[in-house]
Amino acid sequence: MSQPQQRSKDKPTRPMRGGFHGMGYFEKAQDFKGTMKKLYQYIKPYMGKILFSGLMSILASLLTVLAPWLLGLMISEVALAFQESRELLPITIIFGLQLELLNMSILVILLYSLAGILSYYQAYLLIGMTQDVTYQMRQQIAVKLNRLPLSYFDSQSFGDVLGRSTNDVETISQTLNQSLSEVFRAITLLLGVMIIMFILNWILALVVLSTTLVSFYVARIFVKLSQKFFRKQAKATGDMSGHVEEMFNGHRIVKVFNYQEQALKEFDNINDDIYYTTFYSQFISGIMFPMQFFIGNLGFILIAGVGALLVVNGSIQVGLIQTFLTYTRQINQPIQSLGSIASVLQSTAAAAERIFDLLDAENEPEDDIEVNHIGDFKGHVVFDNVHFSYVEGTEVIKGFSADIKPGQMVAIVGPTGAGKTTMVNLLMRFYDIQQGKITIDGVDIKTMSRAELRALFGMVLQDTWLFEGTIYENLLYGSESSSEEAVIKASKLAQSHHFIESHPGGYQFELSEAGSNISLGQQQLLTISRAMLANRPMLILDEATSSVDTRTEVLIQAAMDKLMHNRTSFVIAHRLSTIKDADVILVMKDGNIVEQGNHQALLDQKGFYYDLYQSQFEHQQPSN
Amino acid sequence: MKTILSYLKPYRLSIIFIFILVGTRAVLTLLLPLILGLLINEGIGLAAGASPDTSKIFLYSGYMLAASLLSIIITVGSGYMETTISSKFAKTLRRDYYLKVQQFSLTEVDDFSIASLITRSTNDIRQLQMNVNTMLRLIILQPVFAAGAIIFSIVQQPTLSMVLIASISALIFMIAIVFSIVLPRFEKVQLLVDKLNQVIRENLSGLRVVRAFNTQKVQENKIKKAAKDSMDLNIFVNRVLTVMFPVMSIIMGVTSVVIIYLGNEYFLGVVDGFDPGGLIALQQYSMQAILAFMFLSFTFIMIPRALISARRVAEVLNRNIEIKDSNTIIELPEKFQGEITFHDVSFQYQDAPQPILKNISFTAKANQTTAFIGSTGSGKSTLIHLIPRFYDVTEGSITIDGIDIREMKQHDLHQLIGYVPQQGILFSGSIKKNILFGHDITDEKGMEQAATIAQAKPFIESFEGQYDYMIAQGGKNVSGGQRQRLSIARAIAKQPRIYIFDDSFSALDYQTDQALRQALSREIKTTKLIVAQRINSIKDADQIVVLEQGTIVGIGTHESLLKDNQVYQEIASSQLSKEELSR
Repeated sequence: MSQPQQRSKDKPTRPMRGGFHGMGYFEKAQDFKGTMKKLYQYIKPYMGKILFSGLMSILASLLTVLAPWLLGLMISEVALAFQESRELLPITIIFGLQLELLNMSILVILLYSLAGILSYYQAYLLIGMTQDVTYQMRQQIAVKLNRLPLSYFDSQSFGDVLGRSTNDVETISQTLNQSLSEVFRAITLLLGVMIIMFILNWILALVVLSTTLVSFYVARIFVKLSQKFFRKQAKATGDMSGHVEEMFNGHRIVKVFNYQEQALKEFDNINDDIYYTTFYSQFISGIMFPMQFFIGNLGFILIAGVGALLVVNGSIQVGLIQTFLTYTRQINQPIQSLGSIASVLQSTAAAAERIFDLLDAENEPEDDIEVNHIGDFKGHVVFDNVHFSYVEGTEVIKGFSADIKPGQMVAIVGPTGAGKTTMVNLLMRFYDIQQGKITIDGVDIKTMSRAELRALFGMVLQDTWLFEGTIYENLLYGSESSSEEAVIKASKLAQSHHFIESHPGGYQFELSEAGSNISLGQQQLLTISRAMLANRPMLILDEATSSVDTRTEVLIQAAMDKLMHNRTSFVIAHRLSTIKDADVILVMKDGNIVEQGNHQALLDQKGFYYDLYQSQFEHQQPSN
Repeated sequence: MKTILSYLKPYRLSIIFIFILVGTRAVLTLLLPLILGLLINEGIGLAAGASPDTSKIFLYSGYMLAASLLSIIITVGSGYMETTISSKFAKTLRRDYYLKVQQFSLTEVDDFSIASLITRSTNDIRQLQMNVNTMLRLIILQPVFAAGAIIFSIVQQPTLSMVLIASISALIFMIAIVFSIVLPRFEKVQLLVDKLNQVIRENLSGLRVVRAFNTQKVQENKIKKAAKDSMDLNIFVNRVLTVMFPVMSIIMGVTSVVIIYLGNEYFLGVVDGFDPGGLIALQQYSMQAILAFMFLSFTFIMIPRALISARRVAEVLNRNIEIKDSNTIIELPEKFQGEITFHDVSFQYQDAPQPILKNISFTAKANQTTAFIGSTGSGKSTLIHLIPRFYDVTEGSITIDGIDIREMKQHDLHQLIGYVPQQGILFSGSIKKNILFGHDITDEKGMEQAATIAQAKPFIESFEGQYDYMIAQGGKNVSGGQRQRLSIARAIAKQPRIYIFDDSFSALDYQTDQALRQALSREIKTTKLIVAQRINSIKDADQIVVLEQGTIVGIGTHESLLKDNQVYQEIASSQLSKEELSR
């Protein structure tokens, strides 16, 4: 059967991230400065490394600046000698330093090689560092996930949290690496080239400088212009994902209700939007580099022309043209990356901000330093005037009291959405109550450690939770020290041994993610087995058998009865027939406990429970 | 790949034109160093025996300017065409893809999985669009650049150009080594990212379980391990990949030096007609050739990824649609009774070892209620999915008023049916749009009536804007029970001949369930098929079909089945107490 797969929701569609050259749509951080400060804390321990790699990058850039000049000197001498038809003279580099052509060649090759090695080593260091930073962030997130109060997730979708832990961290690792390695190199290269050009010849230097500025300016205009369309494109793409997700998930409905044509109309509208926005954003960003290239070419021509004139009137040598031509090419790239570095940093900040939002969210309050322990466990649970609200102002539990004797079975019933699960949340301290107290054997659960409290309960929830791994590993979850016999015994009790054995490999059968390769009923049986194995002193069953068919349920019920024997247990159930024997039935409606008592007493009250019961076991309609 | 390429076919003339433009642009760019050489030789007068000539300097500068201008005009023009083509390509591709999926039956949807169909329609097509755009430009530009640069330098001085050939060989060798290490690992990097996603998702979906079992450390370590694996591989791959640029710049430097040195030692003044201008041009071409090869290699890195996307989209487009309208369509009569008969029907899911339904025969009489009950996996949901042809029977046939449903137009068949799924599936938009889904959007009376019968009226009217209240995507802003009631209202508003309720009351509390069923039996007198878990929901049905492991083990009324059907008795006794059974 095709369960609509919700998984795709876990992959939020994020706007496209910009590439290296700053094209694409950039999100902006709310608080750029603050976020960067926090990010700095992560980088701080590596400051030594960063500065070292910066130094190497500066050295490498200087070498790359020097090399074309030396090459130019070589060419000049070669050309001059050719023109004057004479033998080659040693080339003067500065003042007294003269080298033969061969030695000069070797020197230049050495410079290039050294520059290459230095720039590789600095990249090598930075890669290690940025990956390390992202690894640390992920470690912190891993710890954080299970420290956050559950209430945090009331307001955050899983997809969003997931996006922060994976995509955003990934963005940081990429952009951090880019900006750190680029910033030193680009600035040094730019300054170095400019300085050496002005030293060599100020006229040609001015020519390069002016074309560079123009190129820079043009790039800015293009980036600004395309941003508008990239933003619109991101929106249209988001709309498209939404539409497609919805229509594919509702495929059956679309078919039976013959909605295809209208769906296609909706689709066409969005598709048109995507078409226009993609066209403009790509066209504009696509011609930006050719434009810059063109301006670079203008520089090239000016240098050639002006340079040639200067050579003719004798103020420079021909090799210098060559040198300057190389410089015009060299200067283009740092200009482009400096132009985009602002937007790269923006997206770093936007991603970092989302990660810090998660990491800085408030944890579950720490356990008291002096925790109380339950001495001799009996299972006496008392609710004493308990008040609780998920959202401040709207109380969902208003002054509930109950005294549950050791070994009693408590049933919580009521219509969907009445807040039955709230009681479980409070008992397990997934949420803390705001007023009153809950005690177990006289000890206020607020004064116990959460770990100790939770270890008192075996819990089976309606939402089964299984992970990728063997059935055996899944059963052993939380009771790692159990023996194989114990595992099999628990499975037999929970009526799952038989179906486990019928899968290839039996207990070693590999479940796929979320156990999606076995049926829902079987998933529930496995979680029941898991709770049986854990063998905790108290039990919570929250619609534990809702997906098991009723005949199998009868079989499990026998095992459950055995499990619940002499254990204080809390059972939430839809089917009233399963809980009639409960010692205490709590009847909930609209978040309140409206009645409590045993089955007979509640029926005699002829109140809400009575109505509920009657509607479930209604009298047959008199036929005709 | 063929399928995807065929989407570019309408543009083949434009594409050829683009290739010509791009080629011209490459040649123009390559002309610059050549003209530069002339400028130096003739303008400055470096050629043997020549003297400086200022007018030549201006002339050649003018040539270069003209070439550059022409080149930028061509670039903008071809950029316009490239983007138009790639955007149109994506638009048509996306539309065809969407149309195709609309025709899918559930067999095909199951095969691909919904999540995968979604990513293919968004990410993969976007990926293809960007690739087409880049390829149109680069796949011609860079090779022309590279080839042109090599040819031009050979023209300058064939023997000396061997230096360049050697350098390029070295470059290719280096790129080959790097790629052979890195490319196979790219896939693994992606797998590790997926793994990381998976363990985090696992932790998120089990927040309460993890805390209840005090296994926070276990989950933490799982995530940390996945993050560590991912980090290690990323460091390695990135460090290998980064080798390319420094090595390239070393190769460029060495090439320049060697050309100048050898040029001076063995060619200048030795070979006739070779002058310093030629030497400079040769050195410039070498730089361009090496850069072109470098960029070309980056283009190649895109191809495997583009191919994967192309394959994923083509798989959907080329998928055989199993359920199509037959050639011999039977027009439906005006007056339709709505009697459904299964004739010895068997059904087997694709790739399943066994049939899930075997030899099913029964008749659901017109205007009566037929209910289906059985354990999980007994095949009852599958059975009713066969009626709207979400799947086609493997054997036997299903007829409505004697007409085989495979002989009907799917559109007509669906028009007859009001289907309510197990999970209430809603669409973003107003409640009105949802209830009047797929038909007359102005029928407000019908809408309110449907809402009333479906017991949805009270809560709709409590919403702000009532019927204009906007449902969020996936119906997240209404409860499960409300979703089911809205889905029921949607089916009622359609006023179909046949209702199919696929366990559609499960999220309702008992009181609502009861009120709804009473309203349904009071107001709606057409054929109803109901799949249910609870005996109480179907006790009053005219006919109950009991399923067990894909076969019918009993048909009858509640009373008769209770008397003589063992399976039904077992189900009943698991749900009802003794008193109720005897009542």
